[in-house]
Parts: sequence; structure tokens; C-alpha cells
Amino acid sequence: MPDLIEKKNAAIPAQRGADSAEPKPEKARSLGLDAWHDLRKRPIFIVSALLIVLLVLIAAAPGLFTSVDPRAGDLRNHYLTKPDWSDVFGAGWFGYDGQGRSIFARVIYGARASVVVGICVTVGVTVLGGLSGMLAGYFGGWVDAVVSRITDIFFGVPLLLGALVILNAFSVRTVWSVVFALVALGWTQMTRVMRGSVITVKQADYVTAAKALGAGTGRIMFKHILPNAIAPVIVVATIALGGYIATEATLSFLGIGLQDPTISWGIDINSAQKVIRTAPFALFFPAGMLSITVLAFIMLGDAVRDALDPKLR
Amino acid sequence: MGHYVLRRLLQMIPVFFGATFLIFLMVYTLPGDPIAALFGEKAADPAQVASLRHKYYLDQPLWKQYLHYMNNVFHLDFGTSFTGRSVSSIMADAFPVTIRLALVAFFFEIFVGLPLGLISGLKRGSIADTAVLLITLIVISIPVFVLGYIAQTIFATNLGWVTPTVQDSTDITQLILPGAVLASLSLAFVARLTRTSIGENLRADYMRTAVAKGLPRTTIISRHLLRNSLIPVVTFLGTDLGALMGGAIVTEGIFNIAGVGNILYKAIRTKEGPTVVGIVTVLVIVYLVASLVVDLLYAVLDPRIRYA
Repeated sequence: MPDLIEKKNAAIPAQRGADSAEPKPEKARSLGLDAWHDLRKRPIFIVSALLIVLLVLIAAAPGLFTSVDPRAGDLRNHYLTKPDWSDVFGAGWFGYDGQGRSIFARVIYGARASVVVGICVTVGVTVLGGLSGMLAGYFGGWVDAVVSRITDIFFGVPLLLGALVILNAFSVRTVWSVVFALVALGWTQMTRVMRGSVITVKQADYVTAAKALGAGTGRIMFKHILPNAIAPVIVVATIALGGYIATEATLSFLGIGLQDPTISWGIDINSAQKVIRTAPFALFFPAGMLSITVLAFIMLGDAVRDALDPKLR
Repeated sequence: MGHYVLRRLLQMIPVFFGATFLIFLMVYTLPGDPIAALFGEKAADPAQVASLRHKYYLDQPLWKQYLHYMNNVFHLDFGTSFTGRSVSSIMADAFPVTIRLALVAFFFEIFVGLPLGLISGLKRGSIADTAVLLITLIVISIPVFVLGYIAQTIFATNLGWVTPTVQDSTDITQLILPGAVLASLSLAFVARLTRTSIGENLRADYMRTAVAKGLPRTTIISRHLLRNSLIPVVTFLGTDLGALMGGAIVTEGIFNIAGVGNILYKAIRTKEGPTVVGIVTVLVIVYLVASLVVDLLYAVLDPRIRYA
């Protein structure tokens, strides 16, 4: 709390500074910082950001949350052992799965696969799509024609279907094969967003000014256009991150994504689905965690979009 | 308009060949020998293998296989699956099922998604609006396969309102539950898109004019507001209908529907190359036609857009 008050007071001199047109405080009025000021006040952003921080923490250090081995099965604890609500953070908290493994431990350890796939795929598609979209939007002409046709081609092949075909080729599938398949098929979505954004920004006066001052192509692209064109890409990427996590779970659920010994919510949901009538909790917990994760990223994307979209101000 | 359609049709040609070649490449360069698999445990007779390879064109370089395949496709021959059944007859069985399911899902998207979006868009900030936003957010975050099993358990197993799996896809009542599950995600998007669009148009000048003229509320909403707000929604619905026609691997799997998605999934798992490529070729055509129709609908709905 004291932190917030301090920053609020600090904003006042910054405002005055902007009025007297000093160069330094003016920098503080950039779109990114403006959005950040706006975001901090939104409950949705705070909730989703906290959730994501927690998820990343779980993914990075699952041992902090449970000391139970997620792969250790004790058949005495078969599905019949219902969740024990008094055993908070213990092995039996969420019950046991078909092989007597602690569902709570598996839910905790399953976060890593989802978070790694989600983040790596998003970074991959943003870099690939951002670069190709930048080239297509900036140079136009035949470069644009070629890149646009390629994106059209990829749009004709549904993501899930293409991923199934690619992943079927791997006999051993790890997190990285899933990341590879999703990046290979998903990057064109970002290309389209980036291209549209760059075309709009390219016509701005400051780009012409930079050109007139003799700035090189690279400098114009990365110093002038990129910071102003990246906002829509960030929004789409954040929302898509949740979608990639859901796609990974779907692929694992279909038996063509991740495999044992990798722990994935999708795999666990698939094995729980057969006993949904006798042990619904075995499906409920991994599915719940998966939904919360997807929800957190979608909410974050929504909040970021509202903050970055000047039309809504 | 004619010029525009012609240009779009010409642009479709490279996309069609590109997308089909991409899937051809992915399917046929994958490791695994379908011909050897046909013999199972028995030792394969080399002469027979060679003859089968020749029959399926597998002894040719990939680009020749592709050209041969495309030549056949233009004669409406989608080849024969490795089990000996013609791919055309496989598709003739699967597509009607998927189309029926897609139409049921589409019905839900329009008749549930649109009204929800309309209500929440008109009454922004009300309890109804918050409820719609919350429900759609939850639906978007729950993966379809979880939603499918939950719906199946509640409505079929526990309440017994419907059969858990679809035995006869011509019986529409059996398709209601799978259709609703399949529609859920798009339905949520339709509701949110309608809400946003209505929210934007409510502030438009023509709305103030319509109110000032003293037009009745229903006329304003149906003739002025809805017509203008539906443009982005129609785009989404059009693209989505194209996607629905492609079958739903997950939903069809859960409810045991013998549609395109189910057949495709099995074909991918058993490396049935001809079936996969055949179905995907048709899907690419469906996708291309759907996106063209959507762009043309734009011009019909929005008089500001004119394709010269």
C-alpha cells in the first residue's frame, strides 16, 4: 500500500514536467507506461497477474508446494480413496489416481509442461511472426505478396489437425516436439497482426522524418516502427498463450501430444475420463487447473488490450 | 465486383496448391511404411510390395506423386485408401454426418450467442451483462474435451435426457448435446463480439438521430443498431461455419460420431495417407470458399465497402 501512494505522488511532478515540455518526463508518457499506469488500477489485471506469477512459480519449483513424488504409485490408494479435505497440501488432498499416485502432486507437477509449452510457443511465434510481418509490412511489393500467400496457405490448415500430423511422426514426443509443431503452424497468425500494424505505423510522420534525417532501414524498422507497432502483437500473443496451453492439453488428451513420463494435465484428464462416474475428482482437479491457467492468460490479454487500445480511453 | 471475385479466385490457386502440398509433404515424408504395415506379422513378399508401391505411386519421387494425385483430384478421383476402400466413398459417408452436426452447432451459435450478446450489449453494466461476461469467460477457458465429458455425465448418464453417444446421426435429437458442446466456444465468442460491436454502435451519430426522430425502440434496434453491429459477427460466423465443416476431432470422439474429424483422427493415427490428404484437400477448398463468401458478405452488409 505505501508503495502505491508514493507512486501516485510521484506522478504529479511528472505531469508538470510534461507541461513545461522537458524531454525527460515526456518520455514517461509513452504508450507502454501509460498502459502500465492504467493496468495497475484494474482488478482483473491484478488477479490474473497474481495467478500467473503463482503458476510460473509452481512450474519453476514444484517441490516448494508438495513433497510427494508425483510418479510414486501405491496401489492401496486406488481411485477408491476419495479426496481428503483435511489433508491440506498433503498427498491425499485431491485423492489418488488409478495407479495410486497423488493427484495433488500430479496437478502441481503438471504445471511445468503447460507453462513451458505456452511460453515457448508464444515466444517462438512472436519472434517468427513479428519478423516476417515486419518485413512484409515494411517492404511491401513482392516480399509482402510472398509472405501473405504463405500465411494464407497456413491458415488453410487447421492448427490441431496439422499438429496431429506433425506429432504423429515423432515416436518419442517431448515438450519440445509439441513446441516445434505449434510454432511451425502458429507463426502466421502473428505475421498477419504484425503486418497490419506495421503498414499503419509506416505512414506516420515520424517515420518520414526519420527517413529524411537519413536513418537506415534497420534503425527505422527497430527503433521507430517496432515500438509503435508491437502493441497489437502483444495483445494477440497474450490471449493466444492460453490457447496454446489448451491445444497442448488437447493433443495430450488425444494421445498424440506429451507422453509419460512427462506429467501433463491433458494426459491425466485422458486417463481420468474412463472412470468419470466412479472418480469424478480425478478429472476435476487437472481440468480445473488447466481451466484456471487458460482463464488467467485470457483475462491478462483482455486487460492488456483494454489498456493499450487508445480507442477505449 | 466481378473483377474482385475473379482476382480472389486467382489468388486462391496458389493457396490451394500450397496448402495441399504442405499436407502432402507432412503426410508422405513422415517415417513409417504403410505398405509394410499392411502385411502385419507376416514376412512381406518383395514382388508384392513392389507392385503395391507401384499401384499407390509410392515408388515415384514426391513431386511426381503430388502431381499425379492432383491430376486425379481434378478428375474427382481422391484415390484409394490402403485398406482398399475408395477415399471418395469414405468422405461420402463422413461429410453428411459432420454437416448435420455443424448445422446444429451453428444454430446454437446464432440463436443463443447473438441474443446473449444483444442483451448484454444493450444493458451494459447490468447483472445480465456481468453474468454473460462471466459465463462466456468460463466457457472460453474450459477446454472442449472437459466440457464434453461434464455435459455427457450430467445430461446423459445422470439425468438420462439424451443418449451418451450418437447412434444415429440422422436423429437430430441425438445431435443436440454434441452440437451444443461443439458450439460452446464459438458461442461465447459470438456473444462477446456482438456485445462489443453493439457497445460501439450505440454511441454512433446515426443512433442519436434515430432516437431524435422518435422512431420506435424496436425499429431502432432491429433496423439501425443490429444491421450495423452484425458486420464483424457475420464475418466470424462465416469463418466458423467453414471450420465446423472440417469436423471436430474432440467432440466427435467423445460422442462417438462417425464424422470427418473422427475419420481423420483415425486416418492420421494409422498413417492412412490417401484418406488424410483427400479429406484435407476438401477442407482447404471449403475454407477458401468460406473466406471468399465472408468477404463478399461484407459488401452486402456494409455499403461503405465496395469492391471495384
